[in-house]
Amino acid sequence: MNGLALFGLGVAAMLGLGVAGGAADEGMRIHAMLFAGAAVLAVFFLINRIYEPKLSPAGGPDSIDYNDSVVRAGAIASTFWGLVGFLVGLVLALQLAFPVLNFDTSWLNFGRLRALHTSAVIFAFGGNVLIMSSFYIVQRTCRARLAGDLAPWFVFWGYQLFIVLAATGYLLGITQSKEYAEPEWYVDLWLTIVWVTYLLVFMATLWKRREPHIYVANWFFLAFIVTVAMLHLVNNATVPVSLFGSKSYIAWSGVQDALTQWWYAHNAVGFFLTAGFLGMMYYFMPKQAGRPIFSYRLSIIHFWSLIFLYIWAGPHHLHFTALPDWAQTLGMAFSVMLWMPSWGGMVNGLMTLSGAWDKIRTDPLIRFMVVSLAFYGMSTFEGPLMSIRTVNALSHYTDWTIGHVHSGALGWVAYISFVAIYFVVPPLWGRARLYSLRLVNDHFWISSIGIVLYITAMWVSGILQGLMWRAYDNLGFLEFSFIETVEAMHPFYVIRAVGGLLFVIGMLVMIYNLWRTIRGEVRVEAPMAGTAAAQA
Amino acid sequence: MFKHTLFEKNSIFLVIGILVVVSIGGLVEIAPLYWLDSTIEKVRGVRPYSPLELAGRNIYIREGCYVCHSQQIRSLRDEVERYGHYSLAAESMYDHPFQWGSKRTGPDLARVGGRYSDEWHATHMIDPRSIVPESVMPGYPFLAANRLDYENIEGHLRANRTVGVPYTDEMIENAVADVEAQANPDEGDVDALLARYPGAQARVFDGEPGKVTELDALIAYLQMLGTLVDFDSFDAAANSR
Repeated sequence: MNGLALFGLGVAAMLGLGVAGGAADEGMRIHAMLFAGAAVLAVFFLINRIYEPKLSPAGGPDSIDYNDSVVRAGAIASTFWGLVGFLVGLVLALQLAFPVLNFDTSWLNFGRLRALHTSAVIFAFGGNVLIMSSFYIVQRTCRARLAGDLAPWFVFWGYQLFIVLAATGYLLGITQSKEYAEPEWYVDLWLTIVWVTYLLVFMATLWKRREPHIYVANWFFLAFIVTVAMLHLVNNATVPVSLFGSKSYIAWSGVQDALTQWWYAHNAVGFFLTAGFLGMMYYFMPKQAGRPIFSYRLSIIHFWSLIFLYIWAGPHHLHFTALPDWAQTLGMAFSVMLWMPSWGGMVNGLMTLSGAWDKIRTDPLIRFMVVSLAFYGMSTFEGPLMSIRTVNALSHYTDWTIGHVHSGALGWVAYISFVAIYFVVPPLWGRARLYSLRLVNDHFWISSIGIVLYITAMWVSGILQGLMWRAYDNLGFLEFSFIETVEAMHPFYVIRAVGGLLFVIGMLVMIYNLWRTIRGEVRVEAPMAGTAAAQA
Repeated sequence: MFKHTLFEKNSIFLVIGILVVVSIGGLVEIAPLYWLDSTIEKVRGVRPYSPLELAGRNIYIREGCYVCHSQQIRSLRDEVERYGHYSLAAESMYDHPFQWGSKRTGPDLARVGGRYSDEWHATHMIDPRSIVPESVMPGYPFLAANRLDYENIEGHLRANRTVGVPYTDEMIENAVADVEAQANPDEGDVDALLARYPGAQARVFDGEPGKVTELDALIAYLQMLGTLVDFDSFDAAANSR
């Protein structure tokens, strides 16, 4: 196996150097060299690993030697990319408020950085949290060690290479321009290889399970992995100009491409940012609350209905456009129906706390999770609302959409991710508990205030701009020029940037807390409210 | 009686179940767009991009212009009054990929062609706030300095032909010459260009004759946006979907 891997890496390095030698453009040359460099580094580490003394598995005959080293790496990568993604978001927010911050450069302008932000938060932060927590959860719910020896590491490092290629590509101007699917053809191919390996590792671990049933969290992870693969392959079907160049032309055109793209993008939300994170919720909520999942039947119903309905919702991004009306209507109808299974997940999570509601006061992780589910519920109500044609006529193309996305992304996805990271770090590093629960609480309040500032600013600016665009004066002329509506956005863009700054500060508090936890320290602090009496 | 344990105990059934369930929506909604004739309206005037316009479009994509500018006028009263006739599917039938956008931090550009002078665009691109003080658009002064890379423009036309854009052999053979003729009409065969790409606008777009810059290409692209369809012959009722 090691020999085969070394051979593969050698081929990869040669391929990279070969392409770099004949590259048709500068971006491809840089990327081919990065690829070759990564392969050489991997050879070095692989050889190192072969000669490393093997530690025998600890524990008695019944204990399982979980593969936690790759999960630890995932926890570090998630935190790192989270900070990067949030920081780039803050820069973008400031650029919109103060355009001089674009500095008239090519690589730092808003148009290129925006893809860096969205990819960094969705794929680098979210993706690493998903891979990390799915590896953590699938082992524990199957009571089996992660399948494969090198394969999980290939998934981890291969995915990091995908992120680096995508991110540097955006700065170099390499993009397909399909939102949330910007990486070019060769990066897409690489991601496909990594993703198939991920699916195989996950499936093979399920096959090794010592539990008769596949736990509900794993249904969601499986749906996420399989569906993302399908979306990725269809939306990125493309014809490169040259095998030595970065540019390609997408197979679909115009209206068909538009619907394919929004079918993809909406389900990147549905499966990348929802199904996978619901998988986390289904593990961490009962674990942290110490209660079983509220309803087994509800989990079955909302799982199948959620994944069935989500796929139809894409056309609500294209209301009143050149997309045929019948498709718009279908998309709207299914988006409204989607409200119910979404709330099924929220209800199942929140009701799991039945009998343990007091933990909201005493356990900051439960607090994070409850607010996370509340934001999930709010944005999955707002989404169907915005998908109704008449509402969409006002909201579309405005900041309302940006606010909606961030209430889901910051409130739901990031919060449940923070819980996942806070939850797994102490056991992964063999620590009894986090360094400080009070700092978790500080993180919670700082970032919550940040989110509230962010989304309220975007609601107001979005609805204001939408109304200004359609305002008529009493002579029947459009009342505002476009630039007047841009000018009106300025104060809200400043408030939004302040909200983003608070979110970044919260992240820094988390990183400090995790750092001290990993070092094995415990802060001397007063316990959280309510536990004082118990501990006295 | 059907038991859900079938899925819970067998990962292959579970994966197949998921695949079937998540395939249906896309098959029903997207697949018909490829065979229903009514999807793309019958119009006159839409043609493939000239090589210079295509190169400009690639710069538009590279710089992420679509992040802040839509190219899709919705069929709403205020939009039609502000931007012009609502967008037709036919207008983007040769667009690989589409550039409809999703956010209007800046105005819609679907019919920006001919609305401003080349000089306005060139100045605005180099320093947006010199023309529109309240603008939040980044400046793109480097576009005026960068020579356009069109050495392999035939390759781009060929790749477009592979995905279905009707570029002829003649168009591909003359692609480099057409770039130069469109950006420097004094030194090229403009008649041949216009024969291949009816309605193409040939002039020095960036105000600097001689070298073909990225700014030339981008302005050439912007100036043709929304200008192709002959709306006098467009029958809205017949194309209602």
